[in-house]
Amino acid sequence: MGCWVMAGVTFREASRKKLLWTALLAGIGFLALFGIALHFQMQDLDRRAIAPFLRYQVLSAMLLIALYVVDLLAVVMTILTSVDTIPGEIASGTIHAIATKPMPRWQILIGKWLGFAVMIAGFVALTFGGTVVVAYGMCGVTPAHALRGGLLVFLECLLALTVTMMFGTWFSTLASGVIAIGLHGLAFMGGWLEQMSGFTSSARLIDLGIVTSLIMPSESIWRRAAFDMQTPLAGALPFSPFANVSIPSGTMIGYAAFYLLVALAVALYHFHERDL
Amino acid sequence: MFGFLGPNGAGKSTSIKMLLGLVKPTGGQATLLGSPAGEVGVRRRVGFLPEHFRFYDWLTPAELLRLHGRLAGMSPARLKDRVPALLDLVGLTPHRDKRVHDFSKGMMQRIGLAQALVHDPEVVFLDEPTSGLDPLGRRLVRDVIRAQRERGATVFLNSHLLSEVEITCDHVAFLKDGEVVGSENLESFAPAEIRVAARVRNLAPEILATLARQGISASLEGEQLSLTAHSSEELPDLLRQLMAAGADVYSFVPARASLEDLFVRIMGEDRGL
Repeated sequence: MGCWVMAGVTFREASRKKLLWTALLAGIGFLALFGIALHFQMQDLDRRAIAPFLRYQVLSAMLLIALYVVDLLAVVMTILTSVDTIPGEIASGTIHAIATKPMPRWQILIGKWLGFAVMIAGFVALTFGGTVVVAYGMCGVTPAHALRGGLLVFLECLLALTVTMMFGTWFSTLASGVIAIGLHGLAFMGGWLEQMSGFTSSARLIDLGIVTSLIMPSESIWRRAAFDMQTPLAGALPFSPFANVSIPSGTMIGYAAFYLLVALAVALYHFHERDL
Repeated sequence: MFGFLGPNGAGKSTSIKMLLGLVKPTGGQATLLGSPAGEVGVRRRVGFLPEHFRFYDWLTPAELLRLHGRLAGMSPARLKDRVPALLDLVGLTPHRDKRVHDFSKGMMQRIGLAQALVHDPEVVFLDEPTSGLDPLGRRLVRDVIRAQRERGATVFLNSHLLSEVEITCDHVAFLKDGEVVGSENLESFAPAEIRVAARVRNLAPEILATLARQGISASLEGEQLSLTAHSSEELPDLLRQLMAAGADVYSFVPARASLEDLFVRIMGEDRGL
């Protein structure tokens, strides 16, 4: 019961503070920009009379780049919007009147988590789904396994949300944000290290990338999504954000889901045990 | 009505937080309404106004009370009548359409008080409920506290304002360095002495010596006469003596500083409030 009330209030807070509408506008702005860019690209391709096969590859690559931006945007939005929810309320004392109500503390945290999860799902549906729809509507290009890709992006955001909230049960808003973004940056770097290994076939770079993915598996989820969504030709390129150099396996996605559950369990345990 | 008194840092707010499960005790145990303190079930029967009341200030007061009512386990149907009644009780009905972030500190305190009472708790913990309130607001809080007593609730009042506690509470406990060092039943508490501040003119100086012989200390500075009587029973006779001595009495105000005296005696003179 308390879970749903807290989820509702979290959602309403985002709406009342115009966070929801700002994100909505940002998403629509992004889609408009993508549509304009796609339009210009198609005009240029038409002018140069590019072969249909190559034209499809170029437009597919452009779509995948747009989805990559969606992924980054969604993860950053997730961290920024959720970072203050626990430490901010602890620091201000807002939590005192809430945590003394007759509900276990885990319901407060899970309720907030659910509220943000729903908002993030909406944001991913709008930006990811919107990008796919715009691309299909304008030039008939669709990513392979679009639904799977969208769900993986959502999983990555949930992972970022859970890790951010977990650190929020320990640290201040600022510290939690720095740690969450820092960890995602580490994962981002790890992903690129693996992609760079395509130049030299360096097993050591791949190993380094795998280790960073184990520390924070967010970027590996994107790389798996990109692998599932790209055209075979794009994947064959040796150096790109979507190169098939070191594809995260299903086990790695399982590990990411396990990581999320452990982070959630740790957050619940620490929030339950700490003084408020 | 229970008053919990002590200097800054004595542990008053921490004690309340432990009873409500916000802070875990490092040792010992406490029970509240017969159950271990902080248990979820017992919190259903308890209301709490924190010292620094903060809440989702983007809500209106009615939305805030509905939210707290829902978290306290109340149904929307029950809250439909309860919320307007509470807003009326704390004098916020004219401000019901404002957002809480537009509220003054006093209004915040009132809405905080209302959320503590939304589910008619058996025990209400109020941590400095009158801080930041103007005299009318303080009176309103006193009336609300009295109303809780009338409906049979226990009020646990944590306050620095000894005069408020003296007016409101039946029992008090004194906390020093985390330990209860004294308690008093204020209903049976007999003050050791009563000070009277009077403004008089044309007072014959001999009356001061006469009063001194009766054991009543008196001093006169200009028109300000300070007297210390043994009990309130002596006051009518004291006033009659002054008037019989030819004094024109413009004011005669007994000041019962007894709880403050007791506080200072228990805590020591050098500990600030």
